Amino acid sequence: MSSLVQSVDWLAVAPPTIAAVVGLVVLVADLFVGETRKPLLGWLSVAGLAAATLMLLPLLDADRSTFCLVGDTGVCSYTADRFTLVIQFLVLGGALLAALLSVTALKDAGKRLPEGEYWFLFLSSAAGAALLPASRDLATLIVALEVTSLPAFALVGLRQGDRRSSEAALKFFLSSVTATAVSLMGVSFLYAATGTLHLTRIAERIQGVDGQLHTLAQTGVVLTLVGFAFKTAAVPFHFWVPETYVGAPLPIAAYLSVIGKAVGFSGLILVTVVALPSYADVWGPALAVLAALTMTVGNVGALRQQATRAHSAVRLLAWSSVGQAGYLLVPIAAAAHSDDPEKSIGSTLAYALMYGAVNLGAFAVAALVGRAHRLNRVADYRGLYASSPLTALLMGFFLLCLAGLPPGVIGLFAKVTVFSAAVDAGLGWLAVVMAVNVVIALVYYLQWTALLFRAPEGEPVEHRLPAPLTAALALTGVLGIALSGAPQLVLRFTDTGLF
Amino acid sequence: MIDINESVMQFLLAFLVVGPLLGAAAALLPAPPGLKGKSPEQAVLRHGVTVTGAVLVAAIVLALGFDHDQPSKMQATTDISWIPALDVRIHLGTDGISLPLLVLTALLTFLSALHAYFKPPAGPSPKAFVALLLVLEAGTLATFAVLDLVLFFLAFETVLIPMYFLIARWGGEGRAEAAWRFILYTLLGSVVMLLGLLLIGIEAGTFDMVALATDNGRSLTTSVQVIAVLAIGVGLAVKTPMWPLHSWLPDAHTAAPTVGSVLLAGVLLKMGTYGFVRILLPAAPDGFRTFAPYLAAFAVVGIIYGSLACLALARRGAKGDLKRLIAYSSVGHMGFVLLGIATMTPTGVNGALFANIAHGLITGLLFFLVGGLKERTGSTDLDALARETGAALYGRAPRLGGLLAFGAVASLGLPGLAGFWGEMLALFGAFDPAEGLSRPAFLTFMAIGAFGTLLTAAYLLVVVRRVCMGAVPQDAPELTDVRGYEFAAWTPLVVLTVVAGLWPRALLGLTDPAVQQLLAGGTR
Repeated sequence: MSSLVQSVDWLAVAPPTIAAVVGLVVLVADLFVGETRKPLLGWLSVAGLAAATLMLLPLLDADRSTFCLVGDTGVCSYTADRFTLVIQFLVLGGALLAALLSVTALKDAGKRLPEGEYWFLFLSSAAGAALLPASRDLATLIVALEVTSLPAFALVGLRQGDRRSSEAALKFFLSSVTATAVSLMGVSFLYAATGTLHLTRIAERIQGVDGQLHTLAQTGVVLTLVGFAFKTAAVPFHFWVPETYVGAPLPIAAYLSVIGKAVGFSGLILVTVVALPSYADVWGPALAVLAALTMTVGNVGALRQQATRAHSAVRLLAWSSVGQAGYLLVPIAAAAHSDDPEKSIGSTLAYALMYGAVNLGAFAVAALVGRAHRLNRVADYRGLYASSPLTALLMGFFLLCLAGLPPGVIGLFAKVTVFSAAVDAGLGWLAVVMAVNVVIALVYYLQWTALLFRAPEGEPVEHRLPAPLTAALALTGVLGIALSGAPQLVLRFTDTGLF
Repeated sequence: MIDINESVMQFLLAFLVVGPLLGAAAALLPAPPGLKGKSPEQAVLRHGVTVTGAVLVAAIVLALGFDHDQPSKMQATTDISWIPALDVRIHLGTDGISLPLLVLTALLTFLSALHAYFKPPAGPSPKAFVALLLVLEAGTLATFAVLDLVLFFLAFETVLIPMYFLIARWGGEGRAEAAWRFILYTLLGSVVMLLGLLLIGIEAGTFDMVALATDNGRSLTTSVQVIAVLAIGVGLAVKTPMWPLHSWLPDAHTAAPTVGSVLLAGVLLKMGTYGFVRILLPAAPDGFRTFAPYLAAFAVVGIIYGSLACLALARRGAKGDLKRLIAYSSVGHMGFVLLGIATMTPTGVNGALFANIAHGLITGLLFFLVGGLKERTGSTDLDALARETGAALYGRAPRLGGLLAFGAVASLGLPGLAGFWGEMLALFGAFDPAEGLSRPAFLTFMAIGAFGTLLTAAYLLVVVRRVCMGAVPQDAPELTDVRGYEFAAWTPLVVLTVVAGLWPRALLGLTDPAVQQLLAGGTR
């Protein structure tokens, strides 16, 4: 008789595991480390995330699966295929950059942010986010989603004695929990209809569902999607974003804008393309409408931000991230109508990698400016070129990448792949909506860019660059410029098998 | 004309695109020791002249090395894979259609840099000015040199940001709004164009312009061609600009600094018409045939509209701005170019390409002259200049007045000067349009276009009368006549205008074989 215990491929699960273990170590170490040595915790976490990212390298050679069913080794709960690795790289690399921003933020905050708890929560959330793209059954998927979200609520509300922070956390928490409850209900419907939680098995069995259970299965599909749409901040589940980003510590806003989205859309991809391809006629049009609404609402919201309002820089980035989420959804919607869904999904991955790099870069500059200007208004960026030319040039580059105009070549090509996915799938109307949105988005990105190079009002403020921020800026800058020269590095995912 | 090694030719063409980009990056760095000049400003402006000069020399050598016996053949080609995932290749090459435009761009940019060196534009640091000018040059040259649809789009977009900043930072009154209008219009047009380019690329299975031209639309269904031509055409028509999508142009020209106006009119507008000839005509002929009558109709409306707007501006008491007037005249001139293309005949398309170059030379010269006039008198308002009797430039600054009159008569299409041939050939083309196009309709368009030339002559003569003639008032302040550096910047344009007018074969000999082949089914 074979063993009932599943074998575990530790190498395959290493990336999320390392992040989680380091998180626990930091939590325990916090108890024994003196007040003066607390910054060490931060560097330990950064090292842990770097190690977790590096552990992706040995997995590149072949697809690995683990936690497989004892009877049927073809059905597994954890798979490290190309799709998983790309998202894990995005999540862990993004978390690493956000961690670099956090080191400075924690140092500046002094006592107001408890370091041990911060890093523990941060790493737990990152571990959950890294687990999510690898999970191939609905239970693991929901658990991973919650492991990502619950620490994030706490992180948003972590600023002691800050009313806006706790209010933002509560808003975020309540709306997120509702969404989770809804998607859990959807999962239970799907389980009831098919009798399995494994994605590949659902895909097989849902086609043979009893006629009576058909409505149940359809409802299940829609409800499950709601939870992930919330995480991606798709309209109408976007309203929590601006307040939450403004209330949270800035590195957490950066983290949510990239990792939160990555989690949301990778979950969506797994549920739609892997588990429910036969329901493409349900989720395809729904996602297309969602994408159109999301980008329009996000970009119009960003357009309406006033440069002189308090925290307008973060607010604008928050709204623009909603708009960008809309672009990310376009290829997923296109996958429903395409003969080769993996090609479309590859466009989302390529876009997400570009977005991750440049958006975190923009947040790094925002963190830098936020040190001198507490209110972090867009107007505070005026004349940045006069005081720190290189930072201003980088910021201009990041913003133009987000807008998708040369010299941000990679941003342009990422948009081109998204457009081509839409055109290829025959979603001409969606492509036109997106085209209009690109123009709307240009207005606020370019306004901001132009502001950087205006003559400063009054004395230019010196921005001293702390080492972690420099590292984050350099990393994102080099990534953005390298990708602009060789877009193939990320665009190749549109050309190869993912799953 | 002279025999140059193929790999040297390849290098020259690649240098045209990459050289200005490297120069732009270098402009932002501090000047190296030994090249510091009198001041950092002077050093960077000199750097601009050096780089654009080197690019101009490269362009001229390229033109000399070009095999003039086979202008229809793509020469100096480079073809390297860049992004295999999207099937995008760095495919460069030039033939008789793009070569004149490359030289024109290099020439006008060099003259602009030269002008800026002696007369630094009023505004923030010249460092950024030079860097933006060079990026602009790289984008324009790349547009004419690339043979891949996606790269064409990339190059097309590259010019937006530098031109925006040139207008918004160094421009005159109303510059912020004008710059916004310019960039939003053209961007909206170009993203729609991108959709059309992607449609063609995906349906035909290649983004390569040479392959698409050889295919001549055979692998595209008519409905795909119609949609693609509509989408791409809108993008190109905004840039050209075609009436009624022209409304960004007058504001942008009025607000732009002299150098910006020269480049905008001289080369940026040509990117639109070049796209029509290079992409739409050969790759989607059926789709183009569907829209050709509409294009021609819009073109002649543009001719009449531009002339009437100019007449209204030139009237006494209309407070017409000279820069604005030349901008509107561009709408009219580009109308002739579009009419020529819409005929789909070799005659018409050759005329369009000729008019393209002529317009670049003449309008470039006119914007330089008006810029010089503004610098001297502080105004480009016709009424303020002319007062009661006329501005009397002939009396006060005879050389400047003479040049202005020369520019005006060249612009109205005086035989013997460059402006004549292009417009005449475009009208000839409309007299006998390609098969499948309604001849009566095109005859009507020809008649209206010919009437437009009369209106053009009318307003330009009014301008000459009001600006150049008149009695010299006693109290009139002294006007400096043409300075040395201005002569240097303007003479090449004058000479080329005369040469192209007297010896049109030099240009038509280049374009004609290439056009014949493009219309008959692709480039080799």
